[in-house]
Amino acid sequence: MILDDNLGSQGDSLYAQLMQAHEGLSTAQSHALNARLVLMMMNEIGNADIITALLKEARNISSD
Amino acid sequence: MAYDYAPFPYVAPPGLTTSEPRHPVAIVGAGPIGLAMAIDLAQHGIKSVVLDDNNVVSIGSRAICWAKRTLEIFDRLGIGSRVLDKGVTWKVGRLFHGADEVYSFDLLPEAGHKYPAFINLQQYYVEQYLVERSQELSDWIDLRFLNKVTDHRDHGDHVALTIETPDGPYTLEADYYVAAEGAGSPTRKRMDLPFEGQTFEEHFLIVDVELPHSPFETEDPERWFWFAPPFHQGQSALLHKQPDNIYRIDLQLGAETDPKTEATEEKVIPRIKAIIGDMDFRLDWMSVYKFRCAKLDQFVHNRVLFVGDSAHVVSPFGARGGNGGIQDVDNLGWKLAAVLNGAPTSLLDTYQQERSFGSAENILNSSRATNFMTPKSDIETLFRNETLALAAKHPFARKLINSGRLSQPCTLAGMDLQSGDHPLVGQALIDLPLGNGWLVEQAQGQFTLLTLDSQSWPDTVASLALPHTPVCGARYGTTGAFLIRPDGHICAYFETPDTAAITAALTRATGGHA
Repeated sequence: MILDDNLGSQGDSLYAQLMQAHEGLSTAQSHALNARLVLMMMNEIGNADIITALLKEARNISSD
Repeated sequence: MAYDYAPFPYVAPPGLTTSEPRHPVAIVGAGPIGLAMAIDLAQHGIKSVVLDDNNVVSIGSRAICWAKRTLEIFDRLGIGSRVLDKGVTWKVGRLFHGADEVYSFDLLPEAGHKYPAFINLQQYYVEQYLVERSQELSDWIDLRFLNKVTDHRDHGDHVALTIETPDGPYTLEADYYVAAEGAGSPTRKRMDLPFEGQTFEEHFLIVDVELPHSPFETEDPERWFWFAPPFHQGQSALLHKQPDNIYRIDLQLGAETDPKTEATEEKVIPRIKAIIGDMDFRLDWMSVYKFRCAKLDQFVHNRVLFVGDSAHVVSPFGARGGNGGIQDVDNLGWKLAAVLNGAPTSLLDTYQQERSFGSAENILNSSRATNFMTPKSDIETLFRNETLALAAKHPFARKLINSGRLSQPCTLAGMDLQSGDHPLVGQALIDLPLGNGWLVEQAQGQFTLLTLDSQSWPDTVASLALPHTPVCGARYGTTGAFLIRPDGHICAYFETPDTAAITAALTRATGGHA
């Protein structure tokens, strides 16, 4: 699991692309897009240990 | 102590009573960009007349964040050390989400550079130093306050200007006309040039306060940035220090606010108290603004040249307004001087090529920061808040938080004046300790060959031997030579002392055909 920066100078551009992908969508449509994206990224990563660790870490962090 | 806005004297210009000889360059606007332009031209031996409708420095601190590259250009213009001595160099930045600190970072300056990443200094000091430097160069710079340009006509081989003064109107002519009047550029409006881009709806409030002691936990200057601060519901806020114990507070107000009622003491004082606590303070200046990101398509219109905010405007995040304008000056000064001395006018087209690219890059970066800081939908807010939540623990998310990416010089690689494909070609000079001083003090202002090894390099151009130190090796390597333009950008690299190749690169970099 990589938690240090792995995007280098492309971070801002990729974040902007992510926001663009959501442009014009309703909140429900955005959640659906996010769900599809997570499923696709999971397949792209293709490593069960990493995916399990990522799921656990994302759940661990509370934003409230 | 409040800055003393002493007016500069108005002197009746000769054009009121007699016809003035044609000036090589008329610069419209004596802000930081116009003044820097006049100094740069003077240092290249070109005379200019600088016309300003006003007679004081900038009212209010306005542009306060001067980046390393700008400081290096100021060094060449003769005010770098003064700006550095007076300015505030901060090291610790803290980022908060709500009441909680997400993380802090230590911005230690990298060793082996004369100037730090940036300093904070009020625009009025920078303008004062530039005016004083211009006065030292009074054989070249004719500075005219209360001279308002009301009309101009490009006659093909010169520009005619009509100017209003307290003593009435007069006219003068100049070979070239440089518009450095700021975002509202009357020249741009007179020419009816499209100025297109994105307008942001959020209002921002800037307040300068003088405090009796530091609002931070230590006396060291810090920079505190809040997303959704507890004292200012749902918005963002920034607090940082300027010289003279003046602190800048930036508050995002939202789109629905009325600027007139927000910029009142009644509204502002409770907000300041919420940030700094219960201490006495003096309100020095405040301003409410909305901004947009826009640029001219063309900066060069025959004999009329646009620099700084006249040519392009950006959001303030990343400090790319003033810094971008100074880079315009740096890029244009030596080219305009060369054209006036007989170089092909096509050299001015490369100002358009290089700075239009640079300003588009600045607009892109500052728009992204604005978008991060002012999420437009629930989902954008969600992503931003979860980035902040992750950032408390994970470094990768800290890199995604965007409250402004500090102005960096753009690379000019692949553009017309550069030769070869060494990775450093196109980049701005990287500073180094050199002798008792610094590389930036010695390698700017004229074409210079920086030599790394003891091969016998030709003397077709001024050369400077770089030291055989580890820091130089890491920044430039150990063999060959780099050709540096007068604005400090690297335009060619040579492995061997090939005189023909060096001459060809030099010809190309000065607008000739290699």
